Amino acid sequence: MDISLSHVDYRYQANTPFERLAIQDVSIDIPSGTYLAIIGHTGSGKSTVLQHLNALLVPSEGTVAIGDKEIKAHQKNKDLRKVRQRVGIVFQFPEHQLFEETVEKDIIFGPMNFGVTEADAKKRARVALKQVGLAEEILEKSPFDLSGGQMRRVAIAGVLAMEPDVIVLDEPTAGLDPRGRKEIMDMFYQLHQERQLSTILVTHSMEDAARYADQIVIMQHGKVAKKGTPEEIFSSPGELVQMGLDVPEVVRFQLKLEEKWGMNFEQIYLSIEQLSSAFANKLKRGVRL
Amino acid sequence: MMEKMIFGRYVPADSLVHKMDPRSKLTIIFLFVCVIFLANNWQTYAIIGIYTFFMIGLSRIPARFLYGGLKPVLWLVIFTFLLQIFFTREGTVLFHLGPLKIYEEGMKMGFYISFRFFFLILMTSLLTLTTTPIEITDGLETLLGPLKKVRFPVHEMALMMSISLRFIPTLMQETDKIMKAQIARGVEFASGPVKERIKAIIPLLIPLFVSSFKRAEELAIAMEARGYRGGEGRTKYRQLSWKMVDTLQLVFLAIITVLLILFRS
Repeated sequence: MDISLSHVDYRYQANTPFERLAIQDVSIDIPSGTYLAIIGHTGSGKSTVLQHLNALLVPSEGTVAIGDKEIKAHQKNKDLRKVRQRVGIVFQFPEHQLFEETVEKDIIFGPMNFGVTEADAKKRARVALKQVGLAEEILEKSPFDLSGGQMRRVAIAGVLAMEPDVIVLDEPTAGLDPRGRKEIMDMFYQLHQERQLSTILVTHSMEDAARYADQIVIMQHGKVAKKGTPEEIFSSPGELVQMGLDVPEVVRFQLKLEEKWGMNFEQIYLSIEQLSSAFANKLKRGVRL
Repeated sequence: MMEKMIFGRYVPADSLVHKMDPRSKLTIIFLFVCVIFLANNWQTYAIIGIYTFFMIGLSRIPARFLYGGLKPVLWLVIFTFLLQIFFTREGTVLFHLGPLKIYEEGMKMGFYISFRFFFLILMTSLLTLTTTPIEITDGLETLLGPLKKVRFPVHEMALMMSISLRFIPTLMQETDKIMKAQIARGVEFASGPVKERIKAIIPLLIPLFVSSFKRAEELAIAMEARGYRGGEGRTKYRQLSWKMVDTLQLVFLAIITVLLILFRS
């Protein structure tokens, strides 16, 4: 399902002394099957953009098209539920949204709200639980008895069980340990690969953006500062640093290599494997160090 | 929806009312609540009204904002008005409304009481709009200070108050966040049959409770870690200072009171 934002403005608390323009003239196209990363500082408008993706916020100006549904400013937008069924959002610290008595009930809550039968929803719950790497025994436990990491996974399973066409992730790994981080990010990437699930990742981590995304949008002061593929984005590190952002470690390492030993790589490599093989090739060809 | 609430919210501005000492503001509000009961005819209500709007003018809070924030309360005012109209059975009958008779006295009481209510709400929200929660509690703590002699836990009360005021915006944000997360999971808070809507509150309330308890615990630990041990011998970083404006405002209220006594019937 394609999503596109065109010239979207959003004002928080319009017509009060607290009025604040959160995003301004934001246009982003997300064709079906894309893995898009949105990066930027705290307060750059990332989260506001994210909430437009399933009509939790309606633009103050501009249009958001989600599949064949158009959400425009200054008009009543009905039937947003159908949109929300197709676009699942995993919020920051999603474990805060758990409330049911058992894990199973919490996971089937979303699907059942969208009219899936109980038996079906329970089947989905088992599949989703497996996807997030939890054992079935957990289904009968209270979500509040679980560890933080497990709670996070249950909450994610609750969104996956809705079987959305698009999944939106707001820093899904914030506060997890490095291993949990990698497992969860890899899980989402696998889903993206297997089901052609459009994935939109809002993150602070340049590493994650470089590793998983095929498109990157950089937000700054409520505007889109830059968009492109990871190679395009990270090939001009100076610009990123100027925006107060960082480049992935691999890129930093490559730049240091070039600087220190006067080497010249043809392109920017985004993974250690690629960089090391390129480096090895150069050495084989006998570049003077 | 949550964004429009103005209770317990501070609107920073550079105005005379903002600069007043919280002690004088609290005293004025307390006296105002008493004095307003002196009004019993249209002249006296007019005096109260003029005073209220004069104070709002002084505070430089935009009227449109105040109106937007008080809209939900206006329904309560209207409800009070209707209650008075329908249930007072004194004086001459003004007109019939089907089987209901509207009495002159009822009409009068309706107007008076709803206006009294309205002015009270305006003045008290003016207090919270122009005074930071911390100022309010500091003010209360000093004003109630003498009660310590009778072992009334003034400091603890003030602390409780400042904590609850402090966490109103946090709780609002949290509510908003959880509401959005549940809406994304297909909950409808604002439409659908009433039964469904009441049921929809559960997925909102339980996470809110859980996080509030967690936050309370964390706050307690953080306070202890920083050596908090109650109010005994505790000094203040912010000193309150009584200024000329404060005296003048009290004098002004005294004049209003005298006027009210003169004009009441």
